[in-house]
Amino acid sequence: MTKGQAISLQKNDGGSLTAVRMGLGWQAAPRRGLFGSRTREIDLDASAVLFADKQPVDVVFFRHLVSDDGSVRHTGDNLVGGVGQGGDDEAILVDLSRVPVHIDQIVFTVNSFTGQTFQEVQNAFCRLVDETNGQELARYTLAGGGAYTAQLMAKVHRTGAGWTMTALGNPANGRTFQDLMPAILPVL
Amino acid sequence: MTAELVRGQNHPLSQSRLEIRVSAGTPVVAVAALGDENGRIHGVEWVAHPGAPTQPGLEVSRQAAADHRLAVDLDAMTDAVHRVSVLLALPAPGGGPGPARFGAVAAPFVAVTGLDGGEIASYTITGLEAESAVVALELYRRQGAWKVRAVGQGYAGGLAELLTDQGLPEAVPLAGTIDEAVARGLARSVQAPPPRPADGDRSRQPAAPALGPDQGGTAPQGAPGPVPPSYGGQPAGGPGQTGPQPAYGGAGAADPSATTGGPINYSHPGRQNSAPPPPPPTAPPAQPGQPAQPVAGDATGWSMEERLYNQVWGMFEDLARTTAAYRSAVDFAESRMDKELEQTLSDPRSRIGGQGDAAREAARARYTHLVDQARAVLDRDLVQLVAEADVVEPALPPAFARWDNPAWHAYRVPMEIPMALRLGDLRLPEADRIRIPMLLRLPLERGLWIDSGRADSVDGSFTDSHDMRRLAMETAVAHAARLLAVYPAGEFTVHVIDPAGSGAQPLAPLTQTGVLAAPPAQGAAGVTDVLGRLTQRVDLVQMALRGGAPDALPPGFDTSQQLLIVNDFPHGFDDRAVNQLRYLADEGPAVGVHLMMVADREESAGYGPLLDPLWRSLLRLTPVPDDHLADPWVGHAWTYEPPLVPPDSQVLHQVLTQVAAARRSWNR
Repeated sequence: MTKGQAISLQKNDGGSLTAVRMGLGWQAAPRRGLFGSRTREIDLDASAVLFADKQPVDVVFFRHLVSDDGSVRHTGDNLVGGVGQGGDDEAILVDLSRVPVHIDQIVFTVNSFTGQTFQEVQNAFCRLVDETNGQELARYTLAGGGAYTAQLMAKVHRTGAGWTMTALGNPANGRTFQDLMPAILPVL
Repeated sequence: MTAELVRGQNHPLSQSRLEIRVSAGTPVVAVAALGDENGRIHGVEWVAHPGAPTQPGLEVSRQAAADHRLAVDLDAMTDAVHRVSVLLALPAPGGGPGPARFGAVAAPFVAVTGLDGGEIASYTITGLEAESAVVALELYRRQGAWKVRAVGQGYAGGLAELLTDQGLPEAVPLAGTIDEAVARGLARSVQAPPPRPADGDRSRQPAAPALGPDQGGTAPQGAPGPVPPSYGGQPAGGPGQTGPQPAYGGAGAADPSATTGGPINYSHPGRQNSAPPPPPPTAPPAQPGQPAQPVAGDATGWSMEERLYNQVWGMFEDLARTTAAYRSAVDFAESRMDKELEQTLSDPRSRIGGQGDAAREAARARYTHLVDQARAVLDRDLVQLVAEADVVEPALPPAFARWDNPAWHAYRVPMEIPMALRLGDLRLPEADRIRIPMLLRLPLERGLWIDSGRADSVDGSFTDSHDMRRLAMETAVAHAARLLAVYPAGEFTVHVIDPAGSGAQPLAPLTQTGVLAAPPAQGAAGVTDVLGRLTQRVDLVQMALRGGAPDALPPGFDTSQQLLIVNDFPHGFDDRAVNQLRYLADEGPAVGVHLMMVADREESAGYGPLLDPLWRSLLRLTPVPDDHLADPWVGHAWTYEPPLVPPDSQVLHQVLTQVAAARRSWNR
């Protein structure tokens, strides 16, 4: 997927997706110079903010792992990344059929909690997986990261009876999702 | 991916070298028979059985066992062979003790696996009754390719009838030969080690026949390790039970296969539950477009009790969350409507004509639409939870069950402490039909406080303070009776302090049946005496534990859990007694001494903040429905309902009479 591209989450056979997983994976880039093999740990955090009519209603992040309604679940904080070497280091599960009716957009964000910019991260990606069969629906690479510490990855929003995902890829700065609110509001 | 077959279903086979795993809860005979395109067995040389365990492309076990691995090589079959049937039979009753019909044993489970151990298809043979032999699976050729079909055809007349039906002329003599071979196999096999006292699980396993040394030799070489615990049928035991055990009996040493091979037994000899848990009940497949039918015990856990406990907690969380979704949607709808109405008001244009009315109407319509949607989602979830509660509630064991559950009428004094205790019911106003059992883990970690104050209940009915006290004491008695009943005989002791004797009537079920350690203590002297003894007890146990010598307690020391019911606090308490009570509240739970205060906090207001830590350390329950309990996820205020015995029910008396009888025989 590329920035700004949108895909509908309707299945090819007409049924709509019921459960999706937003997976995030990364590795710390090796440092150049002396002790080049030493990597510094980078803690990226995935968050999901639930909006109703452009009002943030609930948020799922490492300190609030399950939305109050239970439809959005964070699988837990990963402080160093690189575990799966290509697998997801952090994941947020969304049960689309149980998202409360007034929630019309869910924005997924990534923050660097330890403060490194995305230049120091390598092999970072974010992907959307159909949780019912493990099929990857979309993948978005964070490569070529610049001197910023956060990124709005994607948003999932209601269209008609179903849901659509739009890749965002907007850079931003902040330590946790709260710092990103000014950046998020324009993309709603 | 494993295809879980149902009767009659088939599945393609991509490999020709296969292994067929059989696990049954009891020793069975496994036979493989070849058939032509009409399914006929041409002669005895077309059957691999314990008397003739290998045939071209086939290999079966020499004896009856609870677990089998059959090797099949479809490439080795001659062109005349179009069908390979896997037959299971219960050993003839003469061959050893064992059931004579499949209806009496757990459903056998068969799986077709590749040589790498990967399961291709599996089938649980359910619905058998009087049958003693069954055609489990059929591998058959169809247009040059092999497929497997789940058959499950049983025969009450045993192997003889089964083989006759498959067209074998010598069916009856062959069945006799097989019985003989199985009996020989029994005689040859090493007896299982005697059950060890430390391991209760082992003694319940089916004995010897499963453990012959020959079995190690007949299992195909290069086969995967111990049979993984299967989820169909009752597994025979952990890996340690199914493998050969050459260390026992001495005879195994003569068998080379037993000395060279044989899986190492990794199971802990002293640990309970080394056997895999019995399979959870599986929900029947859902109709397309319909949610699955709920099943009691549909959760994780090592026992049915643990599964039900987890399922109840799962229902609790689901109800909390689905209600949170509904409430937040309604809140949002309300605030949006308010904002829109305000806008309409402040817009000067809307004051003329019908424009304003139309805008207000639209705002209200939007509100109603969203709330209706949210309500529909909530109702959908509630229907599912109601259905689940309807199957879970009757399945609960006594410790989790309401007093009106028939489980209490079938009550027997238990041998083990249950996981948890039902303290009452929880409900939310949005979901009046659903009562979530409030389960508290045992042993207790904190005391209980039955609040006899605050006479206004949530339903608005006013209860005067006299009634309230009686109700509170009745509730306390119901809780105490339940605790006494769910602990094994003699492992739970209840003391009562009733200084003014005002609780005599509600206490009658406890005093009349004789389950109390002593009659309720009365007067200031009684208070001092009981508190003094319990304080000393806490002190003794603490000293023993700190000294690292828990066995140094005096002989005859009662090690049971203790519960002290205090009525009418602070009546009859002097300062010293109050301090002792606080000591018990702080130090007691760690050494098994618990408080149950039946009190109105206002009455001890004279002590000021001194007693605040005491009240905080207790779990507050009410004798009437009251919405003071919060769930751990969203923090809704749940309405708690105490678990009262139905009026005119004798269940409490009956249960306590049994408890008292068990206590008397235990004390003897």
